[in-house]
Amino acid sequence: MTRQDAFILSFRTVVSYRLRAILILLAMALGVAAVVVLTALGDGARRFVMNQFTALGTNLIIIIPGRSETAGGFIGALVGETPRDLTLEDAASLTALPGVRRFAPLNVGLSEISAGGLLREVTLAGSTASLLAIRRMRLAQGSFTADNGPNPAEAVLGAKIAHELFPTGNALGQRIRLGDRRFRVAGIFAMQGESMGINTDELVLIPFDHAQALFNTQSLFRIMVEAESRSAIESTKKVIRVALKLRHDGEEDVTIIGQDAILATFDKILRALTLAVSGIAAISLAVAGILVMNVMLVAVSQRTTEIGLLKAIGATHTDIRNLFLLETLWLAVAGAVVGIILGYLGSLGLRLAYPQLPAYPPIWASLAAIATALVTGIAASILPASKAARLNPVLALSRR
Amino acid sequence: MIALTAISRIFTMGDQEVRALNNINLTIAPGAYVSVMGPSGSGKSTLLNLIGLLDQPTSGTYLLENIDVTLLSETDQARVRRERIGFIFQSFHLIPRLTAAENIELPLILDGIPSAERKKRVRAILQQTNLLERADHRPSELSGGQRQRVAIARATILNPAVLLADEPTGNLDHKTGAEVIALLENLHRQGTTIITVTHDREIGARAHRKIQMRDGEVVSDD
Ligand SMILES: Nc1ncnc2c1ncn2[C@@H]1O[C@H](COP(=O)(O)OP(=O)(O)OP(=O)(O)O)[C@@H](O)[C@H]1O
Ligand SMILES: [Mg+2]
Repeated sequence: MTRQDAFILSFRTVVSYRLRAILILLAMALGVAAVVVLTALGDGARRFVMNQFTALGTNLIIIIPGRSETAGGFIGALVGETPRDLTLEDAASLTALPGVRRFAPLNVGLSEISAGGLLREVTLAGSTASLLAIRRMRLAQGSFTADNGPNPAEAVLGAKIAHELFPTGNALGQRIRLGDRRFRVAGIFAMQGESMGINTDELVLIPFDHAQALFNTQSLFRIMVEAESRSAIESTKKVIRVALKLRHDGEEDVTIIGQDAILATFDKILRALTLAVSGIAAISLAVAGILVMNVMLVAVSQRTTEIGLLKAIGATHTDIRNLFLLETLWLAVAGAVVGIILGYLGSLGLRLAYPQLPAYPPIWASLAAIATALVTGIAASILPASKAARLNPVLALSRR
Repeated sequence: MIALTAISRIFTMGDQEVRALNNINLTIAPGAYVSVMGPSGSGKSTLLNLIGLLDQPTSGTYLLENIDVTLLSETDQARVRRERIGFIFQSFHLIPRLTAAENIELPLILDGIPSAERKKRVRAILQQTNLLERADHRPSELSGGQRQRVAIARATILNPAVLLADEPTGNLDHKTGAEVIALLENLHRQGTTIITVTHDREIGARAHRKIQMRDGEVVSDD
């Protein structure tokens, strides 16, 4: 039998057992679609997080007081102890270093804000004007000009805070109180929403020297540095480490995190997550494979006399095995195609439902899903096909 | 051209042995017209299946056209079945989802003959067997006689040397049975060796050589 005839004959058989075909096809298609949609979801989540990080500002280096011993450095440093303070002098010393474009000292804390009898608690950040550039924060109105100080008592309000405190009029130029200190509203943040845990809509920014006075501290929460380029991040980190070690009597007591390192860590975690999720989805393909095997075994016993007849008119073992293998191959191919279509539609649906989530199915996942479907289909039909090929024709034909 | 020497076929069912064929010696010349008769269970079908290479003897030698076919590989045996032997069964064994023409075409497909050539040959044999208007009908839309004619067309489309018929009229009424026998005798006149297993004395008597079997042995042969 020629290959072409085997393809045609098996295709005709598949089509004539419609219900069986639809069943297998559906099982395969759902498995493939699950892989496609779930990888799209996982990869979409990864891209979402990456985008958020990039929105933080580019080429960011963060200096945190305290030495973290953990390899990743990031999480431990966030909650870590503070053995020696970072100071404004530390920050100022960075200006001259090669690779540093700008820096901003940062203090963060909670404070009460009041204006015209209204009172609420806010997250208060103290820094310089450089922070706006480094963190890509935009002002809708006014300006923020704080430098290394001393600075005038001016504040920038988050858009939501401004609206809450001054629901009727323009907040710009108005007087507010933060704790027991008076400030003039010098600017309003543009609406930006939440980005990596910081919501500028509900933030109040004041010059760092006022924040230090308010929080009654001389030290800095962290120093934000912008490197000149992405490729300069690593070398700049080294230079900063050396410089601060020198200033701190030879002790390495700060943690320096490059944005790229954080990015890489998250990238790794989320890629692993995507892989795990698609692995789980692939199990549904294996389940589909078991269904295929079962259905094909039933098909073989239903078509016993037909197989006996084919042998009587001269079909070889190979002919019969190939015919049954090809039947499942057709179904697997069709299932993969339908599954890919369903998967892409599903991903489109996800993107429509969650526009921030770039849930595009990665090409590798689609290819892997198709390959898995084909391999599963063939593997599942090997047993039924060889059972058919080995059938005793005399017994097969004597069944009436 | 068919030479069976000391052929035995023993089936074992649990610890019980059934001697379906017991030391059969038989030679059948090319172009012969043979009927095989005998009571139920006497081994007629077993003999036919052996000659048709659907089954293997437990002992003995079987030469077909001077080749010991029992020694051939599975693939070669399949080729011999395809090209040298035709089978007809009591229950036709047509594939229900294929049309009459497609059923007839099957051996040609298995033999790797190109599509255009196949169509020509199928058309020719449909004409000979008077089935042209039924070409695109499925078996369920055909009468018993038509079904058996399709089966005969399928069995003979590759011009086999031997046509083996196991009770070909068993499921047919007298008149259609006679038509089918006429078709077989026509093939015999064209040189095909015909071996028919039958319970019908009248049909058995028409053959030129009549073999009687009982308990796996040939009891008369004339
Ligand atoms: N696969 C088998 N397993 C066990 N015994 C078998 C098998 N095939 C045939 N037999 C036995 O071998 C003997 C001969 O069977 P066979 O089918 O050749 O008889 P037959 O002459 O064709 O009978 P009938 O006229 O009823 O078709 C019977 O006793 C039968 O039970
Ligand atoms: Mg019989």
